Amino acid sequence: MGQSLTIRNLNAWYGDNQTLKGINMEIPANQVTAIIGPSGCGKSTFVRCINRMHDTVPGARAAGEILLDGENIYAKDPVELRRTVGMVFQKPNPFPAMSIYDNVVAGLKLNGLRNKQKLRAAAEKSLRMAALWDEVNERLNYSGMSLSGGQQQRLCIARALAVEPSVLLMDEPASALDPIATLRIEELILELKKDYTIVIVTHNMQQAARIADSTAFFLNGELIEHGPTSEIFMNPKEKRTEDYITGRFG
Amino acid sequence: MSSRLRKYRNALMLGIFTLCTLLALIPLFGVLGYVVKNGISALNLEFFTSLPQPMGVAGGGMANAIVGTLILIAIAGVLGIPTGILAAIYLTEYDRVSWLSTLVRFTTDVLTGIPSIIIGIVVYTTLVMKTGNFSAFAGGVALAIIMVPLVIRSTEEMLKLVPQTIREAGYALGIPRWRTILRIVLPTAAKGILTGAMLAVARAAGETAPLLFTALGNQYWAHSLNEPIAALPLQIYQYATSPYKDWHRQAWAGSLVLIFLVIILSFVARLAFRNRKNF
Ligand SMILES: Nc1ncnc2c1ncn2[C@@H]1O[C@H](COP(=O)(O)OP(=O)(O)O)[C@@H](O)[C@H]1O
Ligand SMILES: [Mg+2]
Repeated sequence: MGQSLTIRNLNAWYGDNQTLKGINMEIPANQVTAIIGPSGCGKSTFVRCINRMHDTVPGARAAGEILLDGENIYAKDPVELRRTVGMVFQKPNPFPAMSIYDNVVAGLKLNGLRNKQKLRAAAEKSLRMAALWDEVNERLNYSGMSLSGGQQQRLCIARALAVEPSVLLMDEPASALDPIATLRIEELILELKKDYTIVIVTHNMQQAARIADSTAFFLNGELIEHGPTSEIFMNPKEKRTEDYITGRFG
Repeated sequence: MSSRLRKYRNALMLGIFTLCTLLALIPLFGVLGYVVKNGISALNLEFFTSLPQPMGVAGGGMANAIVGTLILIAIAGVLGIPTGILAAIYLTEYDRVSWLSTLVRFTTDVLTGIPSIIIGIVVYTTLVMKTGNFSAFAGGVALAIIMVPLVIRSTEEMLKLVPQTIREAGYALGIPRWRTILRIVLPTAAKGILTGAMLAVARAAGETAPLLFTALGNQYWAHSLNEPIAALPLQIYQYATSPYKDWHRQAWAGSLVLIFLVIILSFVARLAFRNRKNF
């Protein structure tokens, strides 16, 4: 099941450069929440705070509270947190030295699961959820790099799902893909929200309109507006949101 | 300037570059050709299977020196390759900026440029004088010291080629950092790292100076790593500077075997390197 997120007064810095300024936001469980905004406004930084990936960047820090089903993530071990909050990156990044199968089970195997049957079962389940099983089940020991870009991205989604997270962060997961591969990823996201809470960064507003239950508009490190997707696109409360939606800047 | 003149100059420059390349190749092929021509006639089964004969007696071979060189580079590889790889991991993955990594990088650069005979002397005074005997082990240590900076440098370059997103993908799965490095980053760069290691081994295999007062050389089989051991470069040196025709021939044969050993190592290394294009 998905878990909800509550963000309270989140600030983030790279060195002296403040990238997120006092973000407050509710992200409900089992919904797709889209983050939109012009390039450089802090979308990636925001999602990278949620799995504390931001903390791994030298010189970067964050302050504030992020509650995962009511528990502050900053009180948790970041490595364990990342097994609950999974992430899919902008560019497909399968592990180059691993087969398709090893990619999917990497998170389980490298965290100590040895049982072959359990690994196989998890691989099949994750690949099915990522809608990739039918395309790869006969060549699981091929290199992950042998797949097309869209397949690689679904492989990365399967890899993230295999560790059974409750939240899935996706940072522009389709921006490097062609329209057909993009469509498949979008269908997949709609399918996955039954079981996961999904936060997706996108620069593609049609995409947000197609898949997101709610949409948040970021600008210069601030959350300008967050509401049901239809409202944000049809009837934004903020002038700046409207300007962005209608393409007047960004 | 007219385009005719430009074309003329262009052709002239191209001609000069080609000529220089050929000039650079002449000594290389000259050496190879000379060694093959002189060495091939002394190569026979006996050369590979027999010990050297006493001074002045014809026949015999370099079996002990061939095996000795293999043992020496094995010791050097076992000591030098893991050390170099682990140091490179420290430099690229854990600490790119502190005074310690700056110091290690500087030392590595200096060490690469130090004449190898000096490394021999240092191992002689620290290891050979302390233990009281020349040994295969001391020779292996000297060769390892030559290899380490080469392995560090090449491994560092290979690790830097692994995209940061690969590491992040590991962390994002909740895999601890050290395990991400050992199980994901290192295998991704493995072919390149092994190529670098192999080239370092090839380089060490041909070193003579650091073996002169560490491994010393041996006319017989060495029975332990604590005894002096024969090595191809040493045997070649000894035979080539002797007054005997037959030993001269054998020195050529030894040179040919050594060159082939190095060529095979480099060749295997480059072969691995060629299909490294995974990322
Ligand atoms: N690793 C980093 N080091 C320093 N500054 C960074 C780093 N990553 C991002 N930034 C800066 O933080 C701001 C927000 O970046 P980011 O969150 O990537 O924006 P977005 O994803 O919305 O395009 C930008 O001004 C960017 O230059
Ligand atoms: Mg971004």
